[in-house]
Amino acid sequence: MSQITPLFKREFLGYFRSPVGYVFLAVFLTASVILAFFVGGFFRSNTASLETLFNFYPWLFLFLIPAAGMRLWSEEKRTGTIELLFTLPVTTLQAVLGKYLAAWAFLALAILLSFPMAITVAYLGDPDWGVLISGYVGSILMAGAYLGVCSFMSALTKNQVISFVISLLACLILLFLGLSIFNNALSAVLPTWAVDLLANFSFSTHFAAFTKGIIDPKDVVYFLSLAGFSLFLNVVVLER
Amino acid sequence: MIEVKGLVKLYGSKRAVDGVTFTVKRGEILGFLGPNGAGKSTTMKMITGFLQPTAGTAIVDGHDVTQDPVAVKRRIGYLPESAPAYGEMTVDEFLGFIAETRGFRSAEARTSQVNRAIGLTHLDPVRKQTIETLSKGYKQRVGFAQALLHDPPVLVLDEPTDGLDPNQKNEVRSLIKNMATEKAVILSTHILEEVEAICTRVIIISQGRVVVDETPAKFQARQPGARLDAIFRSLTQSDV
Ligand SMILES: Nc1ncnc2c1ncn2[C@@H]1O[C@H](COP(=O)(O)OP(=O)(O)OP(=O)(O)O)[C@@H](O)[C@H]1O
Ligand SMILES: [Mg+2]
Repeated sequence: MSQITPLFKREFLGYFRSPVGYVFLAVFLTASVILAFFVGGFFRSNTASLETLFNFYPWLFLFLIPAAGMRLWSEEKRTGTIELLFTLPVTTLQAVLGKYLAAWAFLALAILLSFPMAITVAYLGDPDWGVLISGYVGSILMAGAYLGVCSFMSALTKNQVISFVISLLACLILLFLGLSIFNNALSAVLPTWAVDLLANFSFSTHFAAFTKGIIDPKDVVYFLSLAGFSLFLNVVVLER
Repeated sequence: MIEVKGLVKLYGSKRAVDGVTFTVKRGEILGFLGPNGAGKSTTMKMITGFLQPTAGTAIVDGHDVTQDPVAVKRRIGYLPESAPAYGEMTVDEFLGFIAETRGFRSAEARTSQVNRAIGLTHLDPVRKQTIETLSKGYKQRVGFAQALLHDPPVLVLDEPTDGLDPNQKNEVRSLIKNMATEKAVILSTHILEEVEAICTRVIIISQGRVVVDETPAKFQARQPGARLDAIFRSLTQSDV
Protein backbone atom coordinates (compact mmCIF):
# COMPACT_ATOMS: atom_id res chain seq x y z
CA MET A 1 0.00 0.00 0.00
CA SER A 2 2.71 2.47 1.01
CA GLN A 3 4.39 1.94 -2.38
CA ILE A 4 1.34 3.50 -4.03
CA THR A 5 1.84 6.87 -2.32
CA PRO A 6 4.91 8.11 -4.26
CA LEU A 7 3.39 6.96 -7.55
CA PHE A 8 0.14 8.73 -6.72
CA LYS A 9 1.95 11.93 -5.78
CA ARG A 10 4.06 11.98 -8.92
CA GLU A 11 1.13 11.36 -11.22
CA PHE A 12 -1.20 13.84 -9.52
CA LEU A 13 1.37 16.64 -9.37
CA GLY A 14 2.31 15.76 -12.96
CA TYR A 15 -0.96 17.29 -14.13
CA PHE A 16 0.23 20.62 -12.80
CA ARG A 17 3.83 20.39 -13.99
CA SER A 18 2.71 20.97 -17.55
CA PRO A 19 -0.16 23.03 -18.98
CA VAL A 20 -2.17 19.82 -19.49
CA GLY A 21 -3.86 19.95 -16.09
CA TYR A 22 -4.76 23.63 -16.24
CA VAL A 23 -6.07 23.38 -19.80
CA PHE A 24 -8.15 20.37 -18.84
CA LEU A 25 -9.66 22.11 -15.81
CA ALA A 26 -10.43 25.23 -17.84
CA VAL A 27 -12.09 23.26 -20.63
CA PHE A 28 -14.03 21.10 -18.21
CA LEU A 29 -15.42 24.08 -16.31
CA THR A 30 -16.18 26.14 -19.41
CA ALA A 31 -17.96 23.21 -21.01
CA SER A 32 -19.93 22.56 -17.78
CA VAL A 33 -21.05 26.17 -17.60
CA ILE A 34 -22.00 26.39 -21.27
CA LEU A 35 -23.87 23.10 -21.21
CA ALA A 36 -25.71 23.81 -17.97
CA PHE A 37 -26.58 27.48 -18.44
CA PHE A 38 -27.06 27.85 -22.18
CA VAL A 39 -27.75 24.47 -23.70
CA GLY A 40 -29.51 22.99 -20.70
CA GLY A 41 -31.52 26.09 -19.79
CA PHE A 42 -30.42 26.26 -16.17
CA PHE A 43 -32.41 29.47 -15.53
CA ARG A 44 -35.47 28.50 -17.51
CA SER A 45 -35.81 25.21 -15.68
CA ASN A 46 -36.86 27.18 -12.62
CA THR A 47 -35.63 24.52 -10.29
CA ALA A 48 -32.96 25.11 -7.72
CA SER A 49 -30.92 22.07 -8.66
CA LEU A 50 -27.94 21.09 -10.75
CA GLU A 51 -29.83 18.37 -12.54
CA THR A 52 -29.38 20.18 -15.86
CA LEU A 53 -25.63 20.08 -15.32
CA PHE A 54 -25.49 16.50 -14.14
CA ASN A 55 -27.62 15.37 -17.08
CA PHE A 56 -24.86 16.48 -19.41
CA TYR A 57 -22.05 14.78 -17.52
CA PRO A 58 -22.31 11.39 -19.25
CA TRP A 59 -21.75 13.23 -22.55
CA LEU A 60 -19.11 15.59 -21.31
CA PHE A 61 -17.23 12.68 -19.72
CA LEU A 62 -17.40 10.79 -22.99
CA PHE A 63 -14.92 13.23 -24.53
CA LEU A 64 -13.04 14.67 -21.60
CA ILE A 65 -12.20 11.52 -19.65
CA PRO A 66 -10.55 9.77 -22.62
CA ALA A 67 -8.63 13.05 -23.05
CA ALA A 68 -7.46 12.93 -19.42
CA GLY A 69 -6.82 9.18 -19.44
CA MET A 70 -5.16 8.68 -22.83
CA ARG A 71 -1.70 9.53 -21.57
CA LEU A 72 -1.78 7.31 -18.48
CA TRP A 73 0.05 4.34 -19.98
CA SER A 74 0.60 5.33 -23.61
CA GLU A 75 2.98 8.08 -22.60
CA GLU A 76 4.99 5.79 -20.31
CA LYS A 77 5.33 3.39 -23.19
CA ARG A 78 6.24 6.01 -25.77
CA THR A 79 8.89 7.75 -23.68
CA GLY A 80 10.29 4.50 -22.26
CA THR A 81 9.71 5.56 -18.64
CA ILE A 82 7.69 2.36 -18.24
CA GLU A 83 11.06 0.58 -18.10
CA LEU A 84 12.10 2.84 -15.26
CA LEU A 85 8.79 2.41 -13.45
CA PHE A 86 8.82 -1.37 -13.67
CA THR A 87 12.40 -1.72 -12.49
CA LEU A 88 11.53 0.16 -9.32
CA PRO A 89 10.40 -2.06 -6.44
CA VAL A 90 6.68 -1.83 -7.23
CA THR A 91 4.22 -4.44 -8.44
CA THR A 92 2.13 -3.94 -11.56
CA LEU A 93 -1.00 -3.63 -9.44
CA GLN A 94 0.56 -0.91 -7.29
CA ALA A 95 1.62 1.04 -10.37
CA VAL A 96 -1.81 0.71 -11.98
CA LEU A 97 -3.59 1.77 -8.79
CA GLY A 98 -1.22 4.65 -8.06
CA LYS A 99 -1.69 6.16 -11.49
CA TYR A 100 -5.40 5.46 -11.63
CA LEU A 101 -6.16 6.93 -8.21
CA ALA A 102 -4.15 10.06 -9.04
CA ALA A 103 -6.08 10.59 -12.26
CA TRP A 104 -9.34 9.92 -10.46
CA ALA A 105 -8.47 12.45 -7.76
CA PHE A 106 -7.70 14.96 -10.49
CA LEU A 107 -11.07 14.34 -12.14
CA ALA A 108 -12.83 14.62 -8.78
CA LEU A 109 -11.12 17.99 -8.37
CA ALA A 110 -12.44 19.09 -11.78
CA ILE A 111 -15.95 17.98 -10.86
CA LEU A 112 -15.88 19.64 -7.43
CA LEU A 113 -14.68 22.92 -8.96
CA SER A 114 -18.20 23.29 -10.29
CA PHE A 115 -19.24 23.79 -6.68
CA PRO A 116 -19.56 27.57 -7.16
CA MET A 117 -22.52 26.69 -9.36
CA ALA A 118 -24.01 24.82 -6.43
CA ILE A 119 -23.53 27.96 -4.34
CA THR A 120 -25.35 29.97 -7.04
CA VAL A 121 -28.17 27.48 -6.87
CA ALA A 122 -28.29 27.84 -3.11
CA TYR A 123 -28.32 31.62 -3.42
CA LEU A 124 -31.06 31.67 -6.06
CA GLY A 125 -33.33 29.14 -4.51
CA ASP A 126 -33.66 26.59 -1.84
CA PRO A 127 -31.91 23.52 -3.23
CA ASP A 128 -32.24 20.02 -1.95
CA TRP A 129 -28.73 19.45 -0.62
CA GLY A 130 -29.28 15.73 -0.54
CA VAL A 131 -29.89 15.68 -4.28
CA LEU A 132 -26.87 17.90 -4.88
CA ILE A 133 -24.59 15.65 -2.86
CA SER A 134 -25.84 12.45 -4.44
CA GLY A 135 -25.31 14.13 -7.84
CA TYR A 136 -21.69 14.81 -6.96
CA VAL A 137 -21.17 11.33 -5.55
CA GLY A 138 -22.65 9.80 -8.70
CA SER A 139 -20.56 12.02 -10.97
CA ILE A 140 -17.34 11.11 -9.22
CA LEU A 141 -18.20 7.39 -9.25
CA MET A 142 -19.13 7.54 -12.93
CA ALA A 143 -15.88 9.40 -13.68
CA GLY A 144 -14.05 6.55 -11.94
CA ALA A 145 -15.70 3.96 -14.17
CA TYR A 146 -14.99 5.92 -17.37
CA LEU A 147 -11.41 6.41 -16.23
CA GLY A 148 -10.92 2.70 -15.51
CA VAL A 149 -11.91 1.90 -19.07
CA CYS A 150 -9.62 4.63 -20.43
CA SER A 151 -6.68 3.49 -18.30
CA PHE A 152 -7.05 -0.03 -19.67
CA MET A 153 -7.30 1.22 -23.26
CA SER A 154 -4.22 3.42 -22.88
CA ALA A 155 -2.21 0.37 -21.82
CA LEU A 156 -2.91 -1.21 -25.20
CA THR A 157 -0.94 1.28 -27.27
CA LYS A 158 1.93 3.72 -27.11
CA ASN A 159 0.11 6.09 -29.44
CA GLN A 160 -1.95 8.67 -27.56
CA VAL A 161 -4.26 9.35 -30.51
CA ILE A 162 -5.14 5.67 -30.84
CA SER A 163 -5.53 5.51 -27.08
CA PHE A 164 -7.99 8.44 -27.17
CA VAL A 165 -10.02 7.00 -30.04
CA ILE A 166 -10.39 3.49 -28.61
CA SER A 167 -11.21 4.88 -25.17
CA LEU A 168 -13.89 7.08 -26.69
CA LEU A 169 -15.31 4.17 -28.60
CA ALA A 170 -15.40 1.90 -25.55
CA CYS A 171 -17.07 4.58 -23.44
CA LEU A 172 -19.50 5.39 -26.25
CA ILE A 173 -20.65 1.78 -26.37
CA LEU A 174 -21.08 1.67 -22.59
CA LEU A 175 -23.07 4.89 -22.73
CA PHE A 176 -25.23 3.99 -25.74
CA LEU A 177 -26.35 0.73 -24.22
CA GLY A 178 -28.66 2.73 -21.96
CA LEU A 179 -30.19 5.11 -24.48
CA SER A 180 -33.81 4.39 -25.33
CA ILE A 181 -33.38 5.10 -29.07
CA PHE A 182 -30.57 2.64 -29.22
CA ASN A 183 -32.44 0.09 -27.14
CA ASN A 184 -35.57 0.39 -29.26
CA ALA A 185 -33.47 -0.36 -32.29
CA LEU A 186 -31.90 -3.29 -30.48
CA SER A 187 -35.24 -4.74 -29.38
CA ALA A 188 -36.07 -5.27 -33.03
CA VAL A 189 -33.36 -7.90 -33.20
CA LEU A 190 -32.94 -9.05 -29.62
CA PRO A 191 -35.43 -10.39 -27.04
CA THR A 192 -36.45 -7.92 -24.34
CA TRP A 193 -34.54 -9.62 -21.56
CA ALA A 194 -31.33 -9.32 -23.57
CA VAL A 195 -31.92 -5.62 -24.21
CA ASP A 196 -32.60 -5.06 -20.52
CA LEU A 197 -29.48 -6.95 -19.62
CA LEU A 198 -27.39 -4.82 -21.98
CA ALA A 199 -29.00 -1.62 -20.71
CA ASN A 200 -27.85 -2.73 -17.29
CA PHE A 201 -24.27 -2.27 -18.39
CA SER A 202 -24.74 1.33 -19.35
CA PHE A 203 -23.31 4.38 -17.60
CA SER A 204 -26.46 6.41 -18.15
CA THR A 205 -28.86 3.86 -16.65
CA HIS A 206 -26.88 3.74 -13.43
CA PHE A 207 -26.18 7.44 -13.25
CA ALA A 208 -29.81 8.56 -13.61
CA ALA A 209 -30.82 7.71 -10.04
CA PHE A 210 -27.97 9.75 -8.55
CA THR A 211 -29.20 12.92 -10.25
CA LYS A 212 -32.58 12.39 -8.59
CA GLY A 213 -31.06 12.07 -5.16
CA ILE A 214 -31.05 8.30 -4.86
CA ILE A 215 -27.82 6.55 -3.94
CA ASP A 216 -28.62 2.95 -4.74
CA PRO A 217 -25.92 0.50 -3.61
CA LYS A 218 -26.48 -1.42 -6.86
CA ASP A 219 -25.38 1.61 -8.87
CA VAL A 220 -22.38 2.21 -6.62
CA VAL A 221 -21.37 -1.43 -6.98
CA TYR A 222 -21.81 -1.20 -10.77
CA PHE A 223 -19.45 1.76 -11.18
CA LEU A 224 -16.87 0.36 -8.76
CA SER A 225 -16.90 -3.10 -10.28
CA LEU A 226 -16.65 -1.73 -13.81
CA ALA A 227 -13.61 0.28 -12.73
CA GLY A 228 -12.20 -2.72 -10.88
CA PHE A 229 -12.65 -5.06 -13.79
CA SER A 230 -11.05 -2.60 -16.22
CA LEU A 231 -8.08 -2.19 -13.92
CA PHE A 232 -7.75 -5.94 -13.62
CA LEU A 233 -7.53 -6.14 -17.43
CA ASN A 234 -5.12 -3.22 -17.31
CA VAL A 235 -2.77 -5.21 -15.05
CA VAL A 236 -3.13 -8.29 -17.25
CA VAL A 237 -2.15 -6.40 -20.42
CA LEU A 238 0.84 -4.79 -18.76
CA GLU A 239 2.12 -8.10 -17.41
CA ARG A 240 1.76 -9.84 -20.72
CA MET B 1 25.88 -12.16 -6.88
CA ILE B 2 24.28 -12.42 -10.32
CA GLU B 3 23.64 -15.83 -11.76
CA VAL B 4 22.18 -15.88 -15.25
CA LYS B 5 20.88 -19.30 -16.22
CA GLY B 6 19.93 -20.13 -19.76
CA LEU B 7 18.02 -16.93 -20.55
CA VAL B 8 15.95 -17.10 -23.72
CA LYS B 9 13.75 -14.39 -25.21
CA LEU B 10 11.61 -14.95 -28.25
CA TYR B 11 10.07 -12.09 -30.22
CA GLY B 12 7.61 -13.87 -32.42
CA SER B 13 9.78 -16.52 -33.98
CA LYS B 14 12.98 -14.49 -33.59
CA ARG B 15 15.34 -15.61 -30.84
CA ALA B 16 16.64 -12.26 -29.60
CA VAL B 17 18.41 -13.99 -26.69
CA ASP B 18 19.23 -17.63 -27.13
CA GLY B 19 20.41 -19.36 -23.96
CA VAL B 20 22.69 -16.87 -22.23
CA THR B 21 24.42 -18.17 -19.09
CA PHE B 22 27.06 -16.46 -16.94
CA THR B 23 27.74 -15.37 -13.37
CA VAL B 24 29.08 -12.15 -11.91
CA LYS B 25 30.65 -12.09 -8.47
CA ARG B 26 30.96 -9.20 -6.02
CA GLY B 27 33.85 -6.97 -7.03
CA GLU B 28 33.60 -7.88 -10.69
CA ILE B 29 32.85 -5.48 -13.53
CA LEU B 30 31.49 -7.38 -16.47
CA GLY B 31 31.79 -5.75 -19.89
CA PHE B 32 28.94 -6.79 -22.11
CA LEU B 33 29.87 -6.47 -25.77
CA GLY B 34 28.27 -7.39 -29.04
CA PRO B 35 27.18 -5.94 -32.36
CA ASN B 36 23.93 -3.96 -32.64
CA GLY B 37 20.93 -6.19 -32.16
CA ALA B 38 22.97 -8.95 -30.51
CA GLY B 39 20.62 -9.06 -27.52
CA LYS B 40 22.55 -7.12 -24.85
CA SER B 41 19.73 -4.81 -23.85
CA THR B 42 17.19 -7.63 -23.99
CA THR B 43 19.33 -9.72 -21.61
CA MET B 44 19.65 -6.80 -19.20
CA LYS B 45 15.90 -6.18 -19.29
CA MET B 46 15.33 -9.79 -18.26
CA ILE B 47 17.90 -9.65 -15.44
CA THR B 48 16.28 -6.49 -14.04
CA GLY B 49 12.81 -8.01 -14.18
CA PHE B 50 11.39 -5.67 -16.79
CA LEU B 51 10.89 -8.44 -19.36
CA GLN B 52 9.64 -11.94 -18.63
CA PRO B 53 12.12 -14.47 -20.03
CA THR B 54 10.71 -17.05 -22.44
CA ALA B 55 12.92 -19.57 -20.64
CA GLY B 56 15.67 -19.53 -18.02
CA THR B 57 16.07 -17.15 -15.11
CA ALA B 58 18.47 -14.88 -13.26
CA ILE B 59 19.28 -15.07 -9.55
CA VAL B 60 20.30 -11.73 -8.07
CA ASP B 61 21.70 -11.70 -4.55
CA GLY B 62 19.85 -14.93 -3.82
CA HIS B 63 16.50 -13.89 -5.30
CA ASP B 64 15.03 -15.44 -8.42
CA VAL B 65 13.76 -12.74 -10.75
CA THR B 66 10.91 -14.89 -12.08
CA GLN B 67 9.78 -15.77 -8.54
CA ASP B 68 10.29 -12.56 -6.61
CA PRO B 69 10.85 -9.69 -9.05
CA VAL B 70 10.29 -6.95 -6.46
CA ALA B 71 13.09 -8.27 -4.21
CA VAL B 72 15.42 -8.30 -7.22
CA LYS B 73 14.39 -4.79 -8.25
CA ARG B 74 15.14 -3.54 -4.75
CA ARG B 75 18.75 -4.74 -5.05
CA ILE B 76 19.50 -3.51 -8.54
CA GLY B 77 20.36 -0.07 -9.80
CA TYR B 78 19.47 -0.03 -13.47
CA LEU B 79 20.31 2.47 -16.16
CA PRO B 80 18.16 1.61 -19.19
CA GLU B 81 19.41 2.32 -22.70
CA SER B 82 18.95 6.03 -23.57
CA ALA B 83 18.16 6.87 -19.92
CA PRO B 84 14.40 7.45 -19.91
CA ALA B 85 13.07 9.92 -17.31
CA TYR B 86 9.94 11.94 -16.65
CA GLY B 87 10.77 15.01 -18.73
CA GLU B 88 8.40 17.44 -17.06
CA MET B 89 10.03 16.97 -13.65
CA THR B 90 13.12 18.81 -12.47
CA VAL B 91 16.22 16.77 -11.64
CA ASP B 92 15.53 17.30 -7.93
CA GLU B 93 11.89 16.26 -8.18
CA PHE B 94 12.73 13.22 -10.27
CA LEU B 95 15.46 11.93 -7.99
CA GLY B 96 13.23 12.69 -5.00
CA PHE B 97 10.54 10.51 -6.55
CA ILE B 98 13.00 7.68 -7.15
CA ALA B 99 14.27 7.98 -3.57
CA GLU B 100 10.75 7.81 -2.22
CA THR B 101 9.82 4.70 -4.21
CA ARG B 102 13.16 3.19 -3.19
CA GLY B 103 12.01 3.46 0.42
CA PHE B 104 13.59 6.70 1.66
CA ARG B 105 10.41 8.06 3.17
CA SER B 106 11.54 10.79 5.54
CA ALA B 107 12.41 14.14 4.01
CA GLU B 108 15.94 14.09 5.47
CA ALA B 109 16.75 10.60 4.22
CA ARG B 110 15.46 11.56 0.80
CA THR B 111 17.44 14.79 0.59
CA SER B 112 20.64 13.12 1.71
CA GLN B 113 20.33 10.32 -0.86
CA VAL B 114 19.49 12.79 -3.63
CA ASN B 115 22.37 15.07 -2.67
CA ARG B 116 24.78 12.17 -2.64
CA ALA B 117 23.70 11.01 -6.13
CA ILE B 118 23.79 14.56 -7.48
CA GLY B 119 27.28 15.03 -6.05
CA LEU B 120 28.60 11.81 -7.58
CA THR B 121 27.29 12.66 -11.04
CA HIS B 122 27.99 16.42 -10.96
CA LEU B 123 24.41 17.45 -11.54
CA ASP B 124 24.42 20.37 -9.13
CA PRO B 125 24.25 23.13 -11.76
CA VAL B 126 21.06 21.72 -13.32
CA ARG B 127 19.21 20.34 -10.33
CA LYS B 128 16.37 22.88 -10.62
CA GLN B 129 16.04 22.42 -14.38
CA THR B 130 13.35 20.23 -15.99
CA ILE B 131 14.81 17.07 -17.49
CA GLU B 132 13.36 17.66 -20.96
CA THR B 133 15.46 20.83 -21.27
CA LEU B 134 18.75 19.06 -20.45
CA SER B 135 21.41 18.18 -23.01
CA LYS B 136 21.87 14.52 -23.89
CA GLY B 137 24.90 14.06 -21.66
CA TYR B 138 23.14 15.59 -18.66
CA LYS B 139 20.10 13.39 -19.24
CA GLN B 140 22.44 10.41 -19.27
CA ARG B 141 23.90 11.56 -15.96
CA VAL B 142 20.40 11.84 -14.47
CA GLY B 143 19.84 8.22 -15.47
CA PHE B 144 23.12 7.26 -13.85
CA ALA B 145 22.29 9.21 -10.68
CA GLN B 146 18.93 7.44 -10.52
CA ALA B 147 20.66 4.04 -10.74
CA LEU B 148 23.14 4.88 -7.96
CA LEU B 149 20.64 6.55 -5.68
CA HIS B 150 19.98 3.71 -3.25
CA ASP B 151 23.59 2.49 -3.27
CA PRO B 152 22.55 -0.94 -4.61
CA PRO B 153 24.71 -4.07 -4.37
CA VAL B 154 24.16 -4.74 -8.08
CA LEU B 155 24.45 -2.28 -10.96
CA VAL B 156 23.17 -2.99 -14.45
CA LEU B 157 24.19 -0.21 -16.81
CA ASP B 158 23.17 -0.17 -20.47
CA GLU B 159 25.72 2.00 -22.30
CA PRO B 160 26.43 4.23 -19.30
CA THR B 161 28.93 6.48 -21.08
CA ASP B 162 26.82 7.00 -24.20
CA GLY B 163 26.58 10.70 -25.00
CA LEU B 164 29.06 11.86 -22.36
CA ASP B 165 31.98 14.18 -23.11
CA PRO B 166 35.49 12.72 -22.73
CA ASN B 167 35.93 14.17 -19.24
CA GLN B 168 32.66 12.77 -18.04
CA LYS B 169 33.42 9.40 -19.63
CA ASN B 170 36.57 9.20 -17.55
CA GLU B 171 34.76 10.42 -14.49
CA VAL B 172 32.02 7.80 -14.84
CA ARG B 173 34.56 5.04 -15.47
CA SER B 174 36.53 5.84 -12.34
CA LEU B 175 33.31 6.16 -10.38
CA ILE B 176 32.24 2.69 -11.49
CA LYS B 177 35.69 1.30 -10.79
CA ASN B 178 35.78 2.74 -7.25
CA MET B 179 32.30 1.57 -6.40
CA ALA B 180 32.79 -1.87 -7.83
CA THR B 181 34.88 -3.22 -4.95
CA GLU B 182 31.72 -4.07 -3.01
CA LYS B 183 29.31 -4.39 -5.91
CA ALA B 184 28.64 -6.60 -8.89
CA VAL B 185 28.44 -4.56 -12.08
CA ILE B 186 27.29 -5.40 -15.58
CA LEU B 187 27.80 -2.73 -18.19
CA SER B 188 27.24 -2.85 -21.90
CA THR B 189 29.29 -0.71 -24.23
CA HIS B 190 30.49 -0.28 -27.78
CA ILE B 191 33.75 1.30 -26.66
CA LEU B 192 36.39 -1.39 -26.48
CA GLU B 193 38.89 0.79 -24.62
CA GLU B 194 36.33 1.05 -21.86
CA VAL B 195 36.56 -2.69 -21.40
CA GLU B 196 40.34 -2.51 -21.19
CA ALA B 197 40.16 0.41 -18.78
CA ILE B 198 37.74 -0.92 -16.16
CA CYS B 199 36.30 -4.35 -16.82
CA THR B 200 37.50 -7.43 -14.99
CA ARG B 201 35.74 -9.70 -17.45
CA VAL B 202 34.45 -9.56 -21.01
CA ILE B 203 31.44 -11.28 -22.48
CA ILE B 204 30.71 -10.99 -26.16
CA ILE B 205 27.33 -12.00 -27.37
CA SER B 206 26.44 -12.43 -30.96
CA GLN B 207 23.01 -13.36 -32.29
CA GLY B 208 21.76 -13.97 -28.78
CA ARG B 209 24.55 -16.36 -27.75
CA VAL B 210 27.65 -15.95 -25.61
CA VAL B 211 30.69 -16.38 -27.84
CA VAL B 212 33.38 -15.11 -25.46
CA ASP B 213 33.56 -15.10 -21.65
CA GLU B 214 37.05 -14.36 -20.30
CA THR B 215 39.34 -11.71 -18.78
CA PRO B 216 40.36 -8.72 -20.92
CA ALA B 217 43.96 -9.97 -20.81
CA LYS B 218 43.01 -13.37 -22.23
CA PHE B 219 40.87 -11.65 -24.81
CA GLN B 220 43.82 -9.55 -25.94
CA ALA B 221 45.99 -12.66 -26.00
CA ARG B 222 43.80 -14.20 -28.71
CA GLN B 223 45.70 -12.09 -31.23
CA PRO B 224 48.71 -10.57 -29.48
CA GLY B 225 49.41 -7.06 -30.68
CA ALA B 226 46.15 -6.71 -32.56
CA ARG B 227 43.69 -3.94 -31.81
CA LEU B 228 40.71 -5.04 -29.75
CA ASP B 229 38.25 -4.05 -32.45
CA ALA B 230 40.02 -6.32 -34.91
CA ILE B 231 39.56 -9.26 -32.54
CA PHE B 232 35.96 -8.21 -31.96
CA ARG B 233 35.35 -8.12 -35.70
CA SER B 234 36.79 -11.56 -36.34
CA LEU B 235 34.59 -13.03 -33.58
CA THR B 236 31.33 -11.45 -34.64
CA GLN B 237 31.70 -11.38 -38.38
CA SER B 238 28.95 -13.91 -38.96
CA ASP B 239 26.62 -11.30 -37.53
CA VAL B 240 25.58 -9.32 -40.62
N1 LIG C 1 9.95 -5.28 -28.66
C1 LIG C 1 10.60 -5.97 -29.61
N2 LIG C 1 9.92 -6.64 -30.56
C2 LIG C 1 10.55 -7.35 -31.51
N3 LIG C 1 11.88 -7.46 -31.59
C3 LIG C 1 12.62 -6.85 -30.67
C4 LIG C 1 12.02 -6.05 -29.64
N4 LIG C 1 13.00 -5.55 -28.87
C5 LIG C 1 14.16 -5.99 -29.40
N5 LIG C 1 13.94 -6.77 -30.47
C6 LIG C 1 14.97 -7.44 -31.30
O1 LIG C 1 15.81 -8.20 -30.45
C7 LIG C 1 17.14 -8.15 -30.90
C8 LIG C 1 18.05 -7.77 -29.76
O2 LIG C 1 17.85 -6.41 -29.43
P1 LIG C 1 18.67 -5.65 -28.28
O3 LIG C 1 18.04 -4.33 -28.08
O4 LIG C 1 18.77 -6.55 -27.11
O5 LIG C 1 20.09 -5.48 -28.94
P2 LIG C 1 21.40 -4.81 -28.35
O6 LIG C 1 22.43 -5.85 -28.27
O7 LIG C 1 21.10 -4.06 -27.12
O8 LIG C 1 21.78 -3.79 -29.52
P3 LIG C 1 22.40 -2.31 -29.47
O9 LIG C 1 23.86 -2.47 -29.46
O10 LIG C 1 21.97 -1.72 -30.79
O11 LIG C 1 21.84 -1.61 -28.30
C9 LIG C 1 17.15 -7.20 -32.08
O12 LIG C 1 17.17 -7.97 -33.27
C10 LIG C 1 15.87 -6.44 -31.96
O13 LIG C 1 15.40 -6.08 -33.24
MG1 LIG D 1 21.12 -2.12 -26.57
